[in-house]
Amino acid sequence: MSASDVLVLAEIQRGMLADITLELLAAARQLTAATGGSVLCAVLSDDGQSHASALAAADRVLLVNDPQLAAYAPEPYVAALCEIVRAEQPCAVLIGGTSIGWDVAPLLASRLDIPLVTGCRAIQAEGEGLAVTTAFCGGKLLADVQVTARPAVLMVLPGSCRAAAAPGRAQIEVRTLAAPLESGAVRFQEWVLPAAGDVDITQQDILVAVGRGIQQQDNLALAEELATALGGAVCASRPVVDQGWLPATRQVGKSGMTVRPKLYLAFGISGAPEHVEGMQSAELIVAVNTDPKAPIFDAAHYGAELDALDLLPALAEAATARKGEASQSA
Amino acid sequence: MNIAVVLRQVPDLVETLDIDRTGTALDWDTASWIVNECDDHALEQALLLKEAGGGSVTVVALDAGDVDNTLYTAAAKGADRILKIPLDDPTPPAPRAAAALLAQAIRTLDAELVLVGVQAHNELDGVLPPLLAAGLERPYVGVIRGVQPGAEPGTVTACKEFPGAVMARMQVRLPAVLGILGAEQPPRYVPVSRIRAAMKATQFEEPEVTVPARDARVTVRRLYAPASAARAEILSGSVSDVAARLVTILAERGILK
Ligand SMILES: Cc1cc2nc3c(=O)[nH]c(=O)nc-3n(C[C@H](O)[C@H](O)[C@H](O)COP(=O)(O)OP(=O)(O)OC[C@H]3O[C@@H](n4cnc5c(N)ncnc54)[C@H](O)[C@@H]3O)c2cc1C
Ligand SMILES: Nc1ncnc2c1ncn2[C@@H]1O[C@H](COP(=O)(O)O)[C@@H](O)[C@H]1O
Repeated sequence: MSASDVLVLAEIQRGMLADITLELLAAARQLTAATGGSVLCAVLSDDGQSHASALAAADRVLLVNDPQLAAYAPEPYVAALCEIVRAEQPCAVLIGGTSIGWDVAPLLASRLDIPLVTGCRAIQAEGEGLAVTTAFCGGKLLADVQVTARPAVLMVLPGSCRAAAAPGRAQIEVRTLAAPLESGAVRFQEWVLPAAGDVDITQQDILVAVGRGIQQQDNLALAEELATALGGAVCASRPVVDQGWLPATRQVGKSGMTVRPKLYLAFGISGAPEHVEGMQSAELIVAVNTDPKAPIFDAAHYGAELDALDLLPALAEAATARKGEASQSA
Repeated sequence: MNIAVVLRQVPDLVETLDIDRTGTALDWDTASWIVNECDDHALEQALLLKEAGGGSVTVVALDAGDVDNTLYTAAAKGADRILKIPLDDPTPPAPRAAAALLAQAIRTLDAELVLVGVQAHNELDGVLPPLLAAGLERPYVGVIRGVQPGAEPGTVTACKEFPGAVMARMQVRLPAVLGILGAEQPPRYVPVSRIRAAMKATQFEEPEVTVPARDARVTVRRLYAPASAARAEILSGSVSDVAARLVTILAERGILK
């Protein structure tokens, strides 16, 4: 136990260790380089042993095993984490900005009455506190934030830190809680998986993505035509799926798919962090948006400040013409 | 089921965001305010539950960010009561203070279910719905898309979104607070005539609340637009110029076959 340690919450989704965990461990390692403490990693599950070997980037892995932790539910998770934080007294608790993180991080901070910062992209130790840079207003602005109390809970934006190769060998500790956990008022019942049969956008080389800027359902046809011309598929940001214009399997982002195509064309998408986390690893990103300040231009390689509804058909036509020339000269 | 819904106003991201003279906050006077999108979904979800199973929907909001129009719209959509919490300060309070104020008002209602948008893009030192749940001493689960009456009485079923279009069906014993990401249907549209009618017919109730102390543990030092080092190369020219340029880029990279 040391006030210079950094605690990471490992995230397990449907039995799998989520990528965010390794990103958090890398961020924690950078932070402890300044604080001089250890990197601790809490694994909350019914049997965390199978994940321990993947967490070698930590100094100590704390396995909290309890039947109530077999599937995610807020109350047992927060209760277990509170006990660990009280016992270890770290200077910071790093939690991913994920579906689970959005519950657990604020509940933990509230329960322990300690500060919380959301959207964290960079974290530094500073005197007795922390200096954090966070995304604000859908990524349109950044905020440099000073946190004067420790410990603090930091909800980290996925994709902010590169997951580093594990340097050492973590010491594995099985932690016994003071009392078995009780189930709360919120209980996991079952997983609901998306209906099969739709195009798998994670397997496409070329994706034509449309956002709210597409304005009307009818305009999706323009995106379909471009996708056909390029030999790709259409995907979307959340508002397009919320409108019921495309199935959830076409959504890219935090609660949608993570895609890594050769080409990602983003039409009328602002580039909110929740969207960007699902497409930032595409090899080539082209953004088309009428707002020159749209954050999507920070994630893209090429941009055009044009009306998507004009460029979609023009690009489809130009691509079809080029293909025609290529097949004639062949 | 009696449901309380929290509506927050946020700056419209499509408009220019000005930073005030301190360099640490948005310029609230020049911001153009709209209802927080997830909160609008929370209202829609509440109205759907009421339509399916009866009960009432009470909207609770802080008097910040030109909220009146949003509240009249909520009334026109079918909200039964509107509570507008008066504030001395025209700048919206931080999430902790907002939660404390809202909890005071919601405690006076007999609402079994409280629905709030899971996130607002202008919050950075707290997340309102879980703070509100803590203030009300009620359980919380968020990132919910879709809420239905539960199989057992006194429960609802809430679908929590996970990556990959996967959802976890959760059973929630009431009373509870849920952080809504999406409703089962897109928020309904109401014609302007209905909103005008609601303006005439609706009385806002103004509950009395005590303003909590400020939390000074998290402070913003500087607010700024991201540096442009990593920004995209902007292709200029007419639509056909840009289309031609893009096709060349794609062909050079072997993407266009
Ligand atoms: C927990 C959580 C999970 C989320 N998960 C996801 C997710 O998986 N995927 C996702 O996408 N979002 C997700 N979101 C939502 C996310 O925060 C944003 O709200 C969303 O990505 C915005 O979508 P958008 O860019 O299409 O719309 P907006 O932000 O409204 O942007 C529309 C853009 O279109 C531009 N535009 C308008 N007209 C035109 C035109 N004619 N031509 C060109 N450009 C035009 C505008 O300038 C604007 O930039 C999530 C949010 C939360 C809280
Ligand atoms: N595809 C799935 N459908 C339903 N439940 C699942 C699915 N994947 C995982 N689970 C649940 O999560 C638990 C751990 O899953 P796993 O370790 O991924 O096989 C299982 O016991 C299931 O209850």
